[in-house]
Amino acid sequence: MRITRFPTRADGVAERMTGFMAHLRLNGINVGVAETETALLALDSINAINPEQTRLALKAICANNTDRYAKFDELFNAYWYARGRQRERKQATKEKPYEKDRWSNRSLLDDAMQAAGIGTIDTPDNSNDGEAEQSGDGKLVASTMVNINKADLREFMKPDDLARAQQVAEQMARAIRDRRSRRRRAAKRGSALDLRRIARKSVATGGEPLHLFKRQKPDRPVHLVALLDVSGSMTVYARVFLAFLKGLIAADQRTDAYLFHTQLVRISDALRDGDTFRAVNRLSMMAQGFGGGTRIGTNLDLFNRQYATNMVNGRSVVMILSDGYDTDPPERIAAALARLKKRGCKIIWLNPLKGWKDYKPVAKGMAAALPHLDVFAAANTLDDLAALEPHLARI
Amino acid sequence: MGEIMNWTDVKSDLEEQGYVASDALAMALYLSITLERPLLLEGAAGVGKTQIAKTLADMRQTNLIRLQCYEGLDASAAIYEWNYQRQLLSIRAAADSQQQDDIEEKIFSEKYLLRRPLLEAIQQEVAPVLLIDEIDRADEEFEAYLLEILSDFQISIPELGTVNAVTKPLVVLTANGARDLSDALRRRCIYSFVDYPDRTTELAILKKRQPELNARLAEQIVGFVQALRKEELEKKPGVAETLDWAAAIAGLGLRDLSDDPATLQASLVCLLKTQSDQATVPTEVAQRLVGKAA
Repeated sequence: MRITRFPTRADGVAERMTGFMAHLRLNGINVGVAETETALLALDSINAINPEQTRLALKAICANNTDRYAKFDELFNAYWYARGRQRERKQATKEKPYEKDRWSNRSLLDDAMQAAGIGTIDTPDNSNDGEAEQSGDGKLVASTMVNINKADLREFMKPDDLARAQQVAEQMARAIRDRRSRRRRAAKRGSALDLRRIARKSVATGGEPLHLFKRQKPDRPVHLVALLDVSGSMTVYARVFLAFLKGLIAADQRTDAYLFHTQLVRISDALRDGDTFRAVNRLSMMAQGFGGGTRIGTNLDLFNRQYATNMVNGRSVVMILSDGYDTDPPERIAAALARLKKRGCKIIWLNPLKGWKDYKPVAKGMAAALPHLDVFAAANTLDDLAALEPHLARI
Repeated sequence: MGEIMNWTDVKSDLEEQGYVASDALAMALYLSITLERPLLLEGAAGVGKTQIAKTLADMRQTNLIRLQCYEGLDASAAIYEWNYQRQLLSIRAAADSQQQDDIEEKIFSEKYLLRRPLLEAIQQEVAPVLLIDEIDRADEEFEAYLLEILSDFQISIPELGTVNAVTKPLVVLTANGARDLSDALRRRCIYSFVDYPDRTTELAILKKRQPELNARLAEQIVGFVQALRKEELEKKPGVAETLDWAAAIAGLGLRDLSDDPATLQASLVCLLKTQSDQATVPTEVAQRLVGKAA
């Protein structure tokens, strides 16, 4: 009984597999019917009794990008060995507070789903004692946490501020985004003639160029990446900046947003979540450490290594919203920015303190960062941000 | 050739051809062969993504057709194009010799068609390996084209009609992460992330590719490269670099890495490909790494 924890109620492979896909979807891997079908086909052609083979095969089919590839084994264990999930959670409670919340929130979702009678995927019905305890625990943790943080973050998203900040952000994002390519491409309207197409079409008219075709420089929109500092010194601004980020994100599908304090968190997906309740929930999980110390250098470094390779290229504008008070040595910021700059991006630093009278960038971190910045501007009110727009259109 | 029966066979077949693959990669490859799905490989530069397509072609004894993607790659460079100059010439020739009746049929025949890699790949007698290299460099529009071809394996040429695949090529796509690929493309593929190999795997690769290298030196070389990857580098050395460097070390006549610090330092140009990386690994650091590797 201890070894096999597979629920007895699931009848066939197909049903279990469907359950697994639902489990993956719940954890942010977007698999669909096509994947389920492929997975079942794949199981036919391998030795499905062997769990290792099955894991490798399902991984190749379902995990279709780097993040998911790294996360897959954990999810696989959690589903196929109910043990895996318990162990994950216990470990997490002791060592990693951040991880813990992610897991307990997932169980919250599970519980909600189960209550609604939708997916009863993770309850093995032959071992209700252990599992029941676990879920109860998870729920408790999750709800306390939500109570502490949700209130704050709801405030961050007051409708008025949001509307105004979003408006400013959208204008700004548009100003930064519109860029044209140097190359030309066939188009309906354009400034130059497309000789190749004219020649090709003139074949049909006996070599006489009857139809004229044009070429134009296509749009090559700039891609915006925003990093928001939410450490203690920035708390007063965090609210409006978060709304601002939401505005930036809304303006363009490709925009990316990150929070950092002592750690770096990607929040693009959370901000983009259409379900407001779930978005707030996800943000509150990520905001663990809000209002603490800052490690700008370390976080920028992490950003360089983890995200910049995919997200930042010559057509990116990296926007850092921070006051520059850093607990890392200043060389670290400088090195990280220099490295980021090598990817060919533009770096904008918006500092709320700069709007103050007689502000000098004397904070060591800020001073070290200055030589690497394309724009260094004030950002203590939304009007300041709005005033940036024409300036940004030129970089 | 022959039908491959088991995923472990794929692994051992690859090894025979000199490619040491991880279990995950072998499984992905096996599935992509049996399920006839394209295989999408991601990973840092120099971990052997492109090599796997070449090895696969050798293994199945078929052609390798390669399409190198770049920004601005379009259908006429990837699928087909009419040979306009030739068409024009024959029109002129026909006009001179007064035989205009069948000219249109003539100039839109296969003779005037320039086959680009994608069209070429579906018209082979023996299913080739189609390598679409660095797909993330191509534009999103091209990705959409590709999706269509990869799902139906047919290409429609308005003047000629639809060209159906004679055989389905085995498609390998590689990406470096220059931009994020669309989910639609990802979902149509079998995916594998190719990481830098661990110590044992890399040693196996080195032994396979350069069997004449003595065992102790090979171990030192792999140990050194593994330690070097842990340093803060802009561009970590890939497997290709390890092989180059091993060849260089052998060529320079070094028997042991700790023998000649100056030569060792000079040979590091094979591994460190930017100025700042070279500055990060001065002689002292290199010697420390040699110490670790031994």
